[in-house]
Amino acid sequence: MVPPLLEVPPVFEVKDLSCRRGGRPVFDRLSFGLGAGELLALTGRNGSGKTSLLRALAGLTPPEAGTISWRGVDVAGDPETWRGRLAWLGHLEGLKGDLTVVENLLIAERLRGGEAGDRLDGALLAFDLTGLAVREVRTLSAGQRRRTALARVVLSQAPLWLLDEPLNALDAPAQAAFRTALQTHLAAGGLAIAATHAELGIEGAQRLDLRGGGLRDEP
Amino acid sequence: MADLHFLANPARFRRFSQRVLPGLGFATVLMLAVGVYMAFFVAPEDYQQGKTVRIMFLHVPSAWLSMGGYALLAALGASLLVWRHPLAALMARAAAPVGASFAAVCLLTGSLWGRPMWGTYWVWDARLTSMLLLFFLYLGHIALSRAYDSPERGDRAAAILALIGVINLPIIKFSVDWWNTLHQPASITRLDAPAIHNSILVPLLWMAVSLLFLFVYLVLLRTETEIDRRRLENAEAAA
Amino acid sequence: MSGFTTLLARDLRLVLRRPGDVGVVLAFFVVATVLFPLGIGPETNVLARIAAGVLWCAALFAALLSLERLFAADYEDGTLDLLLLAPWPLELAALAKCLAHWIVTGLPLSLLAPVLGIAFGLDGPSLLALGATLLVGTPTLSLIGGLAAALTLGARKSGALLALLALPLCVPTLIFGAGAIETLAAGDGIVTHVAILAALALVALATTPWAIAAALRQAGE
Repeated sequence: MVPPLLEVPPVFEVKDLSCRRGGRPVFDRLSFGLGAGELLALTGRNGSGKTSLLRALAGLTPPEAGTISWRGVDVAGDPETWRGRLAWLGHLEGLKGDLTVVENLLIAERLRGGEAGDRLDGALLAFDLTGLAVREVRTLSAGQRRRTALARVVLSQAPLWLLDEPLNALDAPAQAAFRTALQTHLAAGGLAIAATHAELGIEGAQRLDLRGGGLRDEP
Repeated sequence: MADLHFLANPARFRRFSQRVLPGLGFATVLMLAVGVYMAFFVAPEDYQQGKTVRIMFLHVPSAWLSMGGYALLAALGASLLVWRHPLAALMARAAAPVGASFAAVCLLTGSLWGRPMWGTYWVWDARLTSMLLLFFLYLGHIALSRAYDSPERGDRAAAILALIGVINLPIIKFSVDWWNTLHQPASITRLDAPAIHNSILVPLLWMAVSLLFLFVYLVLLRTETEIDRRRLENAEAAA
Repeated sequence: MSGFTTLLARDLRLVLRRPGDVGVVLAFFVVATVLFPLGIGPETNVLARIAAGVLWCAALFAALLSLERLFAADYEDGTLDLLLLAPWPLELAALAKCLAHWIVTGLPLSLLAPVLGIAFGLDGPSLLALGATLLVGTPTLSLIGGLAAALTLGARKSGALLALLALPLCVPTLIFGAGAIETLAAGDGIVTHVAILAALALVALATTPWAIAAALRQAGE
């Protein structure tokens, strides 16, 4: 079937989003849209507001001004439904060191209101975690923890992934595994926004270079 | 442009306060002078408490103002949390130490009054104990609002505390009263006179209004300072 | 399983993985209580008179001591973000965390206190009353302390600040908890006290979860 040559409105749309911290603007009147199967790479120097933007999109930081909408509906009206559409990977992994890899994944999925069920094995396999499944997370290396956190994102089946430096601490095979998982997600019509200073290596990714009003160099 | 947005309300406040403050300060000094004169020379001595009754003219209004001050903190807290009013945060920051000072004055004068009346500087009187706990609530508010690297975070944490505190204040008062009747015979002279004669009531109310003027003057003045301080900090952060 | 029970079960499981952490809190409770006879002297009638106050204060301090880590651990490893982003009310998450804290601190303290009361020369009915009032009163301490813990998340010197915030708010619970045993000694019943303690717990239950949730959201910004 040939897709109709019509202008399709974006699934996810940000309009005139502004954010400030301590009276200092982090970004000012930012607008962009993202359609099904699209990836947005947020680039910019340290302190340019990539993490702040991701947190604002997730609803963790209330924006100063502007709207975030999903399929034309402002997400501020129903934050709980909005949070259910998100998978979050922060610069902290969000894993409990005293729990095993499997426990962490199962609990995180239940906290999202889902049940991992049969999908657990696939998520473990995707990031080569099967052998580490019953290891306590505090005994894992940084890269292994990052892979566990990514497995949690895959497991969530959320339509929008918000990822903060997803390639951090990943070796080459793990990076490849991440690309495969991301491509699968996008091919299924999912959306992703990733803050990164490395190349994600995904064809057709949009880029948003943040150089915001409040550029501050790292000390 | 963005900075103007933040300063919109505080800037308007500053224009207002700069117009009002000199006159208010003058009125406060005048009223306090008249009030002190009335307290010392017009009001009669109490047949039971003697000259020490004059301490009441400072003690009782301080108690009222410290309680009113905490209610103000809660109102400012609500205004910050609900409407994100930037001026409310700065005013709460300015008002908390003033309210705490009035609570401290109330405690000090209460203990000075207690020395001749009770023979000791401190008795676990229900009112004094409640005031002491209110003073602690103030201390918590002040410490919390200054405990963060980001002043905005401290403002909002303190706002939540003030709201929870104001809900708990009557409960604390009730439980301390109950505790007091359990542990102490009622024969001890209480800090409140049973019926107040007009010759005492008029100076008392006059002092209360004068000290209210002082309270408002200090809060406005300190709010101005807080506005300048925050503006300076933001300028430093942006630099 | 709902988010609430998942979070409750997770926190209890985490405690089971490190039972020593709870052991330290209970040991503190015992040691702090034992210091009083050493400091005051072993006269049984004096000890029996101060027992309820001492045990209640020690329980309060022990509960506060363990509260500092209640949200701090989640804040430091990033799991707090997952709670903030969970598609169900954060107020329920706050409640689950406080309930977990009560199960591993308030509950064992309530069971342990009567045992220590024996060493203070309390009689049978007083021991029962001590356990009962602690059982009804400690949930309030977990809720108010949980709020103080959430408010001081990421603050400088958060431990001492937490105590400064929580202690004045815990005074009513302390007064009615410790007062019950005194009333019993005077020959009256303690039903009123337990009812008031329950009412205080209900007030805390109605007010603190939203305040904790608001404080956690601020910490996440």
